[in-house]
Amino acid sequence: MKRLLALSAALGALAAAAPAMAQDIAITHARLVIGDGSEPIADGTVLVQGGKVVAAGPAVAVPAGVRTIDAEGKWVTPGLVVAITDLGLVDVGAVDESNDSDADKSPFSAALDVSAAINPNDLPIQVSRAGGVTRAAVAPIATGSIFGGQGAVIDLGADSSAVMKPRAFQYVDLGETGARRAGGSRAATYAMLRNALAEARELSLSPTGVRRDDTLLTRADAAALIPVVTGQQPLYVRVERAADIRMVLSLKKEFPALKLVIVGAAEGWMVAPELAQAGVPVLATPLTDLPNSFEQLGATQSNVGRMRAGGVKVALGAFGDQPRYAPQYAGNLVALTRVPGATGLTWGQAFAAISSGPAEVMGMGDRIGSLRPGRVGDVVIWDGDPLEVTSGPVRVFIDGVEQPMSNHQTKLRDRYLNPAEGDLPKAYEW
Amino acid sequence: MRKGAFLSVAALALVLGGTGVLSAKDKDDKKEDGAAVKAARDFNTNPYPSTYKPYPGRSTLIVGATIFDGRGGRIERGVVLLQGGKIAGVGGSLADMDVPADAVRIDGTGKFITPGVIDVHSHLGVYPSPGVEANSDGNEATAPTTPNVWAEHSIWPQDPGFSRALANGGVTSLEVLPGSANLMGGRSVVVKNVYARTVQGMKFPDAPYGLKMACGENPKRVYGGKGRTPSTRMGNFAVNRETWIKAQEYRAKRAAGKLEARDLALETLAGVLDGKILVQNHCYRADEMALVLDMAKEFGYHVSAFHHAVEAYKIGDLLKQADTCSAIWSDWWGFKMEAYDAIPENAGILWKAGACVVIHSDDENGIQRLNQEAAKAQGDARRIGINIPDADVVGWFTYNAAKAIGVDKMTGSLAPGLMGDVVLWNGNPLSVYSRPEKVWIDGALLFDSSNRKLRPVSDFELGQPGEGDVK
Repeated sequence: MKRLLALSAALGALAAAAPAMAQDIAITHARLVIGDGSEPIADGTVLVQGGKVVAAGPAVAVPAGVRTIDAEGKWVTPGLVVAITDLGLVDVGAVDESNDSDADKSPFSAALDVSAAINPNDLPIQVSRAGGVTRAAVAPIATGSIFGGQGAVIDLGADSSAVMKPRAFQYVDLGETGARRAGGSRAATYAMLRNALAEARELSLSPTGVRRDDTLLTRADAAALIPVVTGQQPLYVRVERAADIRMVLSLKKEFPALKLVIVGAAEGWMVAPELAQAGVPVLATPLTDLPNSFEQLGATQSNVGRMRAGGVKVALGAFGDQPRYAPQYAGNLVALTRVPGATGLTWGQAFAAISSGPAEVMGMGDRIGSLRPGRVGDVVIWDGDPLEVTSGPVRVFIDGVEQPMSNHQTKLRDRYLNPAEGDLPKAYEW
Repeated sequence: MRKGAFLSVAALALVLGGTGVLSAKDKDDKKEDGAAVKAARDFNTNPYPSTYKPYPGRSTLIVGATIFDGRGGRIERGVVLLQGGKIAGVGGSLADMDVPADAVRIDGTGKFITPGVIDVHSHLGVYPSPGVEANSDGNEATAPTTPNVWAEHSIWPQDPGFSRALANGGVTSLEVLPGSANLMGGRSVVVKNVYARTVQGMKFPDAPYGLKMACGENPKRVYGGKGRTPSTRMGNFAVNRETWIKAQEYRAKRAAGKLEARDLALETLAGVLDGKILVQNHCYRADEMALVLDMAKEFGYHVSAFHHAVEAYKIGDLLKQADTCSAIWSDWWGFKMEAYDAIPENAGILWKAGACVVIHSDDENGIQRLNQEAAKAQGDARRIGINIPDADVVGWFTYNAAKAIGVDKMTGSLAPGLMGDVVLWNGNPLSVYSRPEKVWIDGALLFDSSNRKLRPVSDFELGQPGEGDVK
């Protein structure tokens, strides 16, 4: 979200609060993580010019005149990419009027376009950014139908343009939840899904023509599904049970152009060969290990590791918690490599699962998620191993622009570091 | 998403119009005869007694590990001896220990030892997995105060969650609480994290009961939403105070030998006023916690811990003065209005103020990672210049937790004579890369990551894909 600020003098006061313009920067003497699955480089440099990564590695020459930051051995990584969030849609989850993540009373479903609802200034974006998250897939989770609507990819920069790619995917729930919405059973889900895709296909053949009189979808919803049925827009399918995953994969026989992404996949390890063979990627909820429903009786923390070992393209996502927990989830998958009988990820694989991995699943691996040349200049400097729970970001850059690290939380922290009131009430300390 | 923190729609749907009457007993049944008076005075205070017995364990000596004793002590390359179900010795060398010849010797080099992990806020068993409506037994939310209900009567001992808490979290004891829809949700119970056929078989022997209370949004929303009192925070206080007044009257009658009938609700509240039942008070905002502390003074009881307490950092001085623990998450934030001012430095600022910090879960997943939550809070504190030793941080999920639920004389730290509740970690427990390797409860080895048969499988998981799988 690089902003070429064309501010007049009248906006000077605002400009003080706005992020600096993109500068060319080189971060040297970094414990450098490229984010592509490789292991960290002991003493590396990343060079960002024009808001993009130009080079990153052990022997990168810094051109004269480029501002240089000596990382003094600190960890430097690409910004984190978190898939399936509600960033920008929610101020406070339980305050309904501030929560745009679901729309179960809307007459529309697939047509809902989440990019219209995103607030780049909301606190969860600020807090996530301070946690090192620089890009996210935002999904509309629920409507009255099985379809949530069209999700977007955003950046978390402190400026007014958050949406990087609107209508990046369509979201559909084909598990227990979807079945209840479809009328009460999985059979109803598939009847609804097949019908919807068929209506979209019919409409695509005659976009302005008269539709048959027994359609179920509004024209807008059917039109929104045309890019899905023609394979131009990925279909993100929330599903947990092994049998449900097999059923989803079989949809390709009927609708060969579908570009499927499985979301959740608690029992993915039980169908890893089928997923690998179909080449369908997974955004897996990490660490799900309880039979919390009858569609995840096989849940295990080894799910991600087993899928990966089985050749499945898998990244983390949809963890339902704060996006800034991504490194903790990834770190736990590394921990599994030391547990007898468990399957985890190497450090490099685990970091990739929250950076280049989700970027690639989202079809944006050439633009975000790593420090390979040509990617956006999203760089985070950490005060320790980024997957370690005691570590945190100290500086965050998005599109080469250094980001503010302060927010509501940090200001409360500073105000109450010493809780005693002084000569004036706390309200005067800001 | 979070059952205890934010009531699910399903739970709200259950909230039907109740009577609001405190007593579970119909007043018309009262008999004025001597037998009833006697029954009201001399009832059995322990009608569902613990039948838990420690499982057989072998004398075990762990040598060479880094030991965190739970009370701020740290010993490098130390020695722990378990014998007869108890901790028989903890120290820096074997010299001062009387080690039985047949003791199992475990090389702890490069590993870490802590007391068994304790979660003071769990709904395992009462909101078990699978989380279907038929299993949802965590909150008798049909009236604003239900001190007559006991969580132990809802616990399903076959919740698969107990096994995950053991294997991944090193949890050896936990307090299971009723939910937080009502002002007084009922009695909590402390259990050992040991599968049993009955809940009595899990109950922690001689642990005090707790009374779950709740401030703030939940009670006013749940009952106000039904057009009932309380519908405001001031309504919350009014109903609480009226209820405590009844409890005081009951207690005075009891002292005067004038009770005419048993009253389950008032027996629990009188137990609080007697100091025998510990108040565990769900409360988020600093201003409300300060009011609750005054209410406790007004009626003569002590708040053992505020649970969730996301704004505790604003009043660390008051909490220290009241000797009230804050049982908190490291960094949950913003999911409800009263969590808007949560900050990740909550624990660190409280610690700096000398107040009691406990890391709790309120979550079947979080209970598997209390050590990591504590470590996150330690890191967040360090970034603002508050450097907390690892050994103190370990106390947040061991000794301080034991203190908050009244079992610190029995477990929660490593000292001779205490229960042999011990975790051997494969690395520093304050690292994301570490997991329990072995867990002993009362000296019995009940989890061993290298022995797949030493991994409990609940009845529910038998014959299911999860049976015996590494989790």
